[in-house]
Amino acid sequence: MITAQNLTKTYGKAPVLQIENLEIPKGQSFGLVGNNGAGKTTFFSLLLDLIQPSTGHILNNEVQVNSSEAWKPFTSAFIDETFLIGYLTPEEYFYFIGELRGQNKADVDALLAGFEDFFHGEILGQKKYLRDLSKGNQKKAGIVASLIGNPEVIILDEPFANLDPTTQIRLKGIIKDLASNKDVTVLVSSHDLIHVTEVCERIVVLNKGEVVRDIETSKETLKELESFFAG
Amino acid sequence: MIFGAIYFAAVFLSLGVGSFFLIKKAGLGDPLRVVNKFLIYYWVFDLAFRYILQKMPVINIKPLLYLPIVKNKVVHYSLGKTMASFFNWTHAFFFVPFSIVLLFQGYDVLGVIGWHIAIIALIYSNNFINILVNNKDAVFYPVLGLLVVLGICQYYQIFDITVYTAPLFDALYDLPWTAVITWLLLAALYISAFKYFKKNMYLDAGLATKQTEAKTEDFTWLNRFGNLGLFLKNDIKLIKRNKRSKTTVIMSFFFIFYGLLFFTGMLEVYDNPFMKIFAGIFVSGGFLFSFGQFVPSWDSSYYPLMMSQNIRYKEYLDSKWYLIVIATLISTVLAAFYLVWGWEAYAAVVVGAIYNVGVNSYLVLWGGAYIKTPIDLTSNKKAFGDKQAFNAKTLLLTLPKLLLPIVFYAIGHFLINPIAGYSFVVLAGILGFVFKNPVFRKIEGIYKKEKYKTLLAYKQKA
Repeated sequence: MITAQNLTKTYGKAPVLQIENLEIPKGQSFGLVGNNGAGKTTFFSLLLDLIQPSTGHILNNEVQVNSSEAWKPFTSAFIDETFLIGYLTPEEYFYFIGELRGQNKADVDALLAGFEDFFHGEILGQKKYLRDLSKGNQKKAGIVASLIGNPEVIILDEPFANLDPTTQIRLKGIIKDLASNKDVTVLVSSHDLIHVTEVCERIVVLNKGEVVRDIETSKETLKELESFFAG
Repeated sequence: MIFGAIYFAAVFLSLGVGSFFLIKKAGLGDPLRVVNKFLIYYWVFDLAFRYILQKMPVINIKPLLYLPIVKNKVVHYSLGKTMASFFNWTHAFFFVPFSIVLLFQGYDVLGVIGWHIAIIALIYSNNFINILVNNKDAVFYPVLGLLVVLGICQYYQIFDITVYTAPLFDALYDLPWTAVITWLLLAALYISAFKYFKKNMYLDAGLATKQTEAKTEDFTWLNRFGNLGLFLKNDIKLIKRNKRSKTTVIMSFFFIFYGLLFFTGMLEVYDNPFMKIFAGIFVSGGFLFSFGQFVPSWDSSYYPLMMSQNIRYKEYLDSKWYLIVIATLISTVLAAFYLVWGWEAYAAVVVGAIYNVGVNSYLVLWGGAYIKTPIDLTSNKKAFGDKQAFNAKTLLLTLPKLLLPIVFYAIGHFLINPIAGYSFVVLAGILGFVFKNPVFRKIEGIYKKEKYKTLLAYKQKA
């Protein structure tokens, strides 16, 4: 589904990302871990064509993301609060995204109904704008919005951060559900090694912009990751 | 802020030096008395202006709360900081030269000094009144309404409030010691602002960010416009629900009255046909200049979302374009009162509007691609312009917005007659309108080319 080739991003002289070859097959749940500055968000931003690669390119379902926009209809993401429109209510925001992705109000409502648990009564009908919600609740809204319109590629940057324990557990369930659907490729980055090993079939460790581990998740994975990061 | 400030300073300075002689020449009587007569309006208008634009000092207090500084000091510091605001010292540009002129004209020295320091106190009183009434719309708008009604009553000579207030201001000159009263007033206001502030210095009291109750709005009537309607809905919400954009709309409303300087013959330098075209452009183009200039910056806080969603630039730009066109038409209709000064005055406005729709609407969207100043929708900071917004490219694009129509007019005016001049400007507008699609494609290309730079620029928070 996603192929990165000779992909590098440099600012000035410093390389922040150098990936020779990375392939993510369709339907995989893919985890990206690494310390701050390892290049996780840079990789996701390149995937979304928000920054330009210095060399190389990414193919998303055969579409080269920095030259065509044909990847947009089947790709969705929640990276950070810049993916939220602060002056809309969550409902308005969901319908807006829905319309952009060819879903009418009823479709969106049907999808939202499935996330009642996840929302925990703190998102819908709150008479609040997104900008006035807490960080955790903003994240919930953003994550659910990225699931609107049956995307085939879903990119979530640090989805577990800022969520309360109950929501973290529910989010794990949601991501596992998505992963079990063989048409959906999920890309997740996280600083929480336990969560990521639990929900991802494959984990790639980035360090200073380079892939240093590429692991198929097993019982030993958590130990392996912990020993790596304990350094 | 810089350019707005320089502009106001220049206007105030020239008024400060010149108004004495202007009033004298116009034969309105003793200039000081005339100024005193209208001082009440000046004072209340200043208050209204501050209410809309002046930033409250609370914003930077939070980080000070955790530091080992006593509360009194923090409050004194915050209040003191507001005193250095542009909204206070800008008045000096008028009152200092005016007072100096008075002294040279042989007015009583003690009287002028008393009057002057009393005015200082009154200006600063506004500063603290504004802090005390901050965000009390229920008080503010009735007061503003009352002011307008009084103004109208005065104009039609039904009731003249200045009859009662002018003697008070006159007294400040006639009896200089009365200036003490204004300083006592100022002191009282400072103390109450201080108390009010100190009492509310908690995260859940005065420092809480105000939350308005949100209401989901559908605007279903816009659905018939398809994707264009979708963006228009968002843009209407953007304008309605954010402080910065609301201020912009209010400011663009005042542009409508800018033409008064030109069409009433108030200022002689403006009294020629070329300047009237210039005025026509501004009267109908307030929204175009103040809002359109900052497309796409209005969407800066969620630009990455827009860029990764299934959005076509054409629809996005189309929505902004329609907003500009609708606002231009509304301004043109509202400006119908210029007919009072003859059909030619209003014709200049209509001609300006056509040029704005046909040519300037593209130019602002084009220029916007280069501005790249992130906008913080929730604050009025920088509402007066930003020096980043003035780069060479945007400046170059200003020329065809303002000078080109004047050139078109001049060609017709000198070669044939004034009517031909107007027709030439109209023709330029209609031509622009006809070529909308190719022009839009060009602008789209520029937006695409600038995409990464724009995203990077917006990452640097306003």
